[in-house]
Amino acid sequence: MMKKTYKIDVDCANCANKMEEAARRTAGVKEAVVNFMTLKMNVEFEEGADPKAVMQEVRANCKKVEDDCEIFL
Amino acid sequence: MNKKQKKMLIRILAAAAMLIALGFAPVTGPARFLLYMVPYLTVGYDILIKAFKGIRNRQVFDECFLMAVATVGAVALALYEQSGDYTEAIAVMLFYQIGEWFQSYAVGKSRRNISELMDIRPDYANVEQDGTLERVDPDEVEIGSVIVVQPGEKVPIDGTVTEGVSTLNTSALTGESLPRDVKAGDAIISGCINMTGVLKIRTEKEFGESTVSRILDLVENASSRKSKSEDFISKFARVYTPAVCYAALALAFLPPVVRMLAFGVPAQWGTWIYRALTFLVISCPCALVISIPLSFFAGIGGASREGVLIKGSNYLETLSQTRTVVFDKTGTLTQGVFEVNGIHHSELENERLLEYAALAESASSHPISLSLQRAYGKEIDRSRVTEIQELSGNGVTARVDGVSVAAGNEKLMDRLGIPFIRCHSVGTIIHMAIDGKYAGHIVISDVIKPHAKEAIRALRAAGVRKLVMLTGDRKSVADQVASQLGLDEVYSELLPADKVEKVEALLQGKPEKEKLAFVGDGINDAPVLRRADIGIAMGAMGSDAAIEAADVVLMDDDPLQIAKAIRISRKCLGIVYQNIVFAIGIKLICLLLGAVGIANMWLAIFADVGVMILAVLNAIRALFAK
Repeated sequence: MMKKTYKIDVDCANCANKMEEAARRTAGVKEAVVNFMTLKMNVEFEEGADPKAVMQEVRANCKKVEDDCEIFL
Repeated sequence: MNKKQKKMLIRILAAAAMLIALGFAPVTGPARFLLYMVPYLTVGYDILIKAFKGIRNRQVFDECFLMAVATVGAVALALYEQSGDYTEAIAVMLFYQIGEWFQSYAVGKSRRNISELMDIRPDYANVEQDGTLERVDPDEVEIGSVIVVQPGEKVPIDGTVTEGVSTLNTSALTGESLPRDVKAGDAIISGCINMTGVLKIRTEKEFGESTVSRILDLVENASSRKSKSEDFISKFARVYTPAVCYAALALAFLPPVVRMLAFGVPAQWGTWIYRALTFLVISCPCALVISIPLSFFAGIGGASREGVLIKGSNYLETLSQTRTVVFDKTGTLTQGVFEVNGIHHSELENERLLEYAALAESASSHPISLSLQRAYGKEIDRSRVTEIQELSGNGVTARVDGVSVAAGNEKLMDRLGIPFIRCHSVGTIIHMAIDGKYAGHIVISDVIKPHAKEAIRALRAAGVRKLVMLTGDRKSVADQVASQLGLDEVYSELLPADKVEKVEALLQGKPEKEKLAFVGDGINDAPVLRRADIGIAMGAMGSDAAIEAADVVLMDDDPLQIAKAIRISRKCLGIVYQNIVFAIGIKLICLLLGAVGIANMWLAIFADVGVMILAVLNAIRALFAK
C-alpha cells in the first residue's frame, strides 16, 4: 500500500471538496483526502500504480474542476 | 495578508469607490451602462473568466457560475426594463468578493494561529564539535550525538541528559505550567523549553522519531480524518447547489407560463427572473463548507494547546458523544506507586518502627521494600543490619543494631509463632516483630491521584453517565478505590484479556449512539484502547506505544484532562451543529422569502456572505477551549 502527502494550494473549501472528488475518480487512486485547513492532499494509490504518472493525471483532473488549484508534485 | 489578498482588497476598494462616485453621476443611456461596467469588471472579471472555464470543463454548478449568471442576469434585466439600476448587480459581485476575501483572510489567519499554537518545532540543534558549538538542522543529528541546549532554547531531540541541571517548561507539550527539574541521567523529551541551565544531551532518537515531530505530525494530519458532520456537509453541498439551481430555473419559467396560460394574466417575466436570480445568489454553499472543517480544525488546535491530542475530527465527534467512561485503575486513577499509608498498633514511635522496617528490608529491591525505604527517607546505614534472611513469600528477618527484627505478612508471624493483630485496611500489610514481640504493622498501598475525585465529578458534570473501573488488582483494593471515588461499577482481578471481554460486554450493553471511552496509561492496555469506541491514553509524554494505540492522547497524567477533553469536544460539536442549523436555516428562509418576492438581492447577499462570515467567526470560537 502506497500513501503519499502532497502540498496543495486552493482558495475555497468547496473547491477543495471538488479536488478531492476529482482525485478519487482518477484511475490508480484508491483513496484521496484533501485537507483544506492544512492545504494537504493525502493519496493512497492502487497496487502497482506509478504515483508519479497517477499524480500527473490527478493534477490535470483537479485543474479541470477547479482552474485555480495547484498540487505541488 | 498575502499578495493575492492584497490585490483583491485593492480591487474591492476601487470598485466600491467607483460605485459610490457613480451614484452621484447624472449619466443616462448607453453611457451609464458603460460607466457602470467599469467597477463591475474591476471586481468581477476573474469570476466571469472562471465561470466560462467551468462551463467549458462541464463543471456548471460552481459558485463562479452562479455569481456570473446572477449578476449578468441582473444587468440584462436592468437593460431590458430600462431602469438603469445596475448597482444591485455590481453590489452582488462586490459583496461576493468581499465574502471570499474575508474567508480567505480568516482561514489564513486561523491556519497561522493554530500553527503558532503548535509552534514547538525546533529550528536547529547545537552540536558540539572540537569545543565549538555548531548550529545544524535537527534532521541531520545522528542518534548518539551530544547536543547542547542553552537556556531559552527548545530541546530539539529526545535523549538523556549527560551534563547539567536545569528546569524545563513543558507547557507547550502538556498544557501544564508547572516546571519540571532535570539533572544528569534523566530522560528528556523534545519540545520542552530549557529555562535555567545549560544541558548536554545524548540523543536517543532521530528528529523524525522524536516526540515533537510525532506530535506535530499527529495534529497536522488529524483534520484529514473527517467526521460524520463533515461528510454530511460535503454530501449536502453536492445536492444542494444543483437543487437550488433547478429550483431557480423552475421559478424563472414556470410561474410566468402558468400565469399566462392558466389565468390569462400578464406573465411578469422580469419579476420572476429577478426572483430566480436571488435564488442563485443564495445557493452558494460556502458558509457550510468552510465553517464545519474550520470548527474541527480550531477544536483540535485548541485542544492540543491544552495538552490533549486528538487524532482526528471523527474522534473529536465520538468523544463528544461519550456517556460511559471505563478506567484502568493503576496509573490512571491511582499513581501506580506504593506508599506507606498508615502505621497501626505500634509499640514504638512510628518513626522507629519504620526505621526498623526499612533497615530490615534494605537488601531487597522489591517495590514494597523500596516504598518502605522511601518512607523512611534517610540514608540507610547497611552496617547496622546483619543476618538478613529473606523468606520468599513471607518476608524478612534480620538483626538491626543487634536486635532481631521480623518484617513480613501474616504467614511470617504464624511461622515465628508470634500473635498479631489483623488489619482492616486495604493494601499490603507488613507485620513487624521486634525482639520476638509483636510491634504493630505498616500499611502500604497505591495512592489515588490528587485530582482523581475532582476528575470524576467533572466527568459527571460533563454528562458522563456511567463510570466503570477495570483492574487486575485484588477485589478489596479495587472496591475501596471505587467507593472512595464514587464509581458506578468495578471489575477486579482481571487479566488483560478479561479487560477486552469486559469492555466488549459494556459496548453491547449500551445504546448505539452513546459512546464508550476507555482510559488507560497505554502501557499494557493497547488492545482495550483499540476495542473501545474511543481510546484515551494518559501521561503519554514519551510513550510511543500509547501514542500509536490511542485515539486521544493526554500528554499529562492528570485525570482532570479527561473531562477537559470531553468538554472541548462538546463545545466544538456544539459550534458545528450551531453552524449547520444556522447556515441551512437562514438559507432556507431566504429562499422561501425570495420565492414569494419578499427577499431582494440584498437579503440574498446577506444569506450568502453574511452567514458565511458569521459562521466562520463562530467556528473560530472552537479554538478557545477551556
